[in-house]
Amino acid sequence: MRPARLTVAAASVAAALTVATGCSQKSTGGDDAIRVAASDSACEVSKTEFPAGKVQIDVENKGSKVTEVYVLFPDARIVTERENIGPGTKASITAEIKAGDYEIVCKPGMKGDGIAQKVKATGAQGAAEEKRSPEADAAVTAYRAYVVAQAEETLPKAQAFVDAVKAGDVEAAKKAYAPSRIGWERTEPVAESFGDIDPKVDVREDGLEAGQDPAKDWTGWHRLEKSLWAENKIDDNDKKLADTLIADLNEWRKKVGEAEITPTSIANGAKELLDEVATGKVTGEEERYSHTDLVDFKANVEGAQKAYELLKPIAEKNDPELSKQLDTQFAALNTLLDKYRADQTSYEFTSYDKVGEAERKELSDGVNALAEPLSKLAAAVAK
Amino acid sequence: MTESQAAAGQPQHDGDASSAAAGAAPSRRAVLGWGGAGLALGAAAAGGAAAAFGGGTDMVSASAAGAAVPFHGEHQAGIASAVQDRLHFAAFDVKTKDRAELVALLKEWTAAARLMTAGLPVGDVYEGRPEAPPTDTGEALGLKPSRLTLTVGFGPGLFAKDRFGLEGRRPEALVDLELFPGDNLDPARSGGDLCVQACADDPQVAVHAIRQLARIGFGRVAVRWSQLGFGKTSSTTPDEQTPRNMMGFKDGTRNVSGTDQAALDRHVWVGAGDGSDWLTGGSYLVARRIRMNIETWDRTPLQEQEDIFGRDKGEGAPVGKSRERDEPFLKAMKPDSHVRLAHPDSNNGATILRRGYSFTDGTDGLGRLDAGLFFLAYQRDVRTGFVPIQRNLAKSDVLNEYIQHVGSAVFAVPPGVRDKDDWWGRALFA
Repeated sequence: MRPARLTVAAASVAAALTVATGCSQKSTGGDDAIRVAASDSACEVSKTEFPAGKVQIDVENKGSKVTEVYVLFPDARIVTERENIGPGTKASITAEIKAGDYEIVCKPGMKGDGIAQKVKATGAQGAAEEKRSPEADAAVTAYRAYVVAQAEETLPKAQAFVDAVKAGDVEAAKKAYAPSRIGWERTEPVAESFGDIDPKVDVREDGLEAGQDPAKDWTGWHRLEKSLWAENKIDDNDKKLADTLIADLNEWRKKVGEAEITPTSIANGAKELLDEVATGKVTGEEERYSHTDLVDFKANVEGAQKAYELLKPIAEKNDPELSKQLDTQFAALNTLLDKYRADQTSYEFTSYDKVGEAERKELSDGVNALAEPLSKLAAAVAK
Repeated sequence: MTESQAAAGQPQHDGDASSAAAGAAPSRRAVLGWGGAGLALGAAAAGGAAAAFGGGTDMVSASAAGAAVPFHGEHQAGIASAVQDRLHFAAFDVKTKDRAELVALLKEWTAAARLMTAGLPVGDVYEGRPEAPPTDTGEALGLKPSRLTLTVGFGPGLFAKDRFGLEGRRPEALVDLELFPGDNLDPARSGGDLCVQACADDPQVAVHAIRQLARIGFGRVAVRWSQLGFGKTSSTTPDEQTPRNMMGFKDGTRNVSGTDQAALDRHVWVGAGDGSDWLTGGSYLVARRIRMNIETWDRTPLQEQEDIFGRDKGEGAPVGKSRERDEPFLKAMKPDSHVRLAHPDSNNGATILRRGYSFTDGTDGLGRLDAGLFFLAYQRDVRTGFVPIQRNLAKSDVLNEYIQHVGSAVFAVPPGVRDKDDWWGRALFA
């Protein structure tokens, strides 16, 4: 995964609701807006009850520190957020909010837990969902089944990895490492939408937040990756970390069925997966010790392709040219990836440190060729 | 963009931009509804340009830095046009194997270039669907056209056998450059199937243009390498001072003037009988990334520096003369001085039009300034233009102790886009 700040943005993309931030021209009208007066010590909300649907939140930062404002579900998942609201400036956030209880949170200085206000969206449930087409419903149902299946298939593989670590068997653990991550990498944007699980299981050392201590606070796959490849040993702490990893992944499996999923979030999730490839895998940053980046790469592409294929009936109708382009580019990138494995049914890919600069450039060009049209899929399915 | 700008109005990008390009080119500012000054400036400059075009150039007063340079014309803008302050140059590899896709790309690029050179965004910036990324990336919104020119070129690879069916159309004058003595070429900074030279007075406008074209091209082309340049090092407007290079010297004083029609026809534009009809009205471009050994140069005594160039450092006057533009007396210069060896009289009259820019890409791993000259030369025939001059310089130029050629590329530059139905390379693919 990428550093925590980016994860927050990713979470909002994968969240249930169609989120639009930006200019006032597109707003639903100033009178209905919720006004938030943020200062260094307060977060005043002009109303605590409002009708569900498209909601506009006008924020004014009257304090001396840069602030950020979140709308959160009761379990702290992010509905929408706006960062970097400077002192003395205003910002508008619009979001599609379903009926239910929420919190609006201001974070002066963009640090800490912030100042929370309980709010309620009233009225009919799920207006946005009711308007969905049968194709869209089918895609959402099938994608939900896919993410659940990925989590369920991943658990035994993760268990095998954890067992090897706990047995102190470095070689067996190295072998089990990359396969244990495939299901996660295929569905990562959904996992990221739960906010706290991703930083626990998939953070890299440089992704820790200020004040966190790598010795104490760094958990998950990549900490174990460092032990196995950089230090080539397993100590007692690693064995404890293995227990924590499997506990966190079990938590993920439990939550994944309840994930908020819409056609737009599936499409944006597919794009997010390619973004992960472009920023973390192509550079070799993600698996800097094990160099198994191409396994993650393949899994990200597979996850994106699955999302696209479920949406394809809608995309084909709304934008046939785009869907033709996506078919071509998925095929091209898969062909390119196949150059790096001898057996097309296995996930044994060339170690990324053996992939030369020119080959990395070719992979990067392939990712750009796919990711650019893929960024238009959400608009095509939302038409 | 500030909120007040956002509220000021919607860009009128969906009209027929070619009319804007041909007539009173509005600034991005005017387009945004800020009216007034920007529009008047654009109109005045476009009028001047139209008048000058009758004389065969698209010269605009360099002081009209915010104006638009007409996109349509007999020749591509960005060659004889008055040199702008900034450069973003990019070379692309063509990834598609499909000729029709390449043609479609060139048409899309032409349409985008027509808009951007007129100071308009390419599609929506913030008024599109909220679920979709904006079509135009937006960083040039609110900026004037800034005399943006976009000039496209076709590299030798495009004419390769069994590629796009163009093998019979490669001009003879588009030669693969020989390896000159002292060359230390990095393949990752050399070559390319296509190139686009973006010149503008505002770096953000030039960078935006290349970024936008790269984005349109993803999947069909990929950026192979690119170069940012600043501080033009040569001028096509002799009434202005010759700018200085990173060594602090004026170089290229005798450059071909953008208004000297006879010289342009003789040395820069490909003529009707020159061999490749599709290229008539076009030119050839040689691009070289020339790294300077800045630190050792800076430790060189003044007299030696002046001897190396054959001009004085203060005025830029040739040896023995008092003014920059005084006729140089070559025999007064040392036989291995740069100006003497580069002069047409030392090269059987070989003459090129230079449009080089200084570059600084930070420092290298050894703490040395990674800087030098990004050399761009246009000519009617590479074999009688750049090649003999560079052979002469590579063999004897005493400046070679302080420079190294590290990147190289050559392109055939098609003629100008005539009107709104025309596109870059139409004659080649006809």
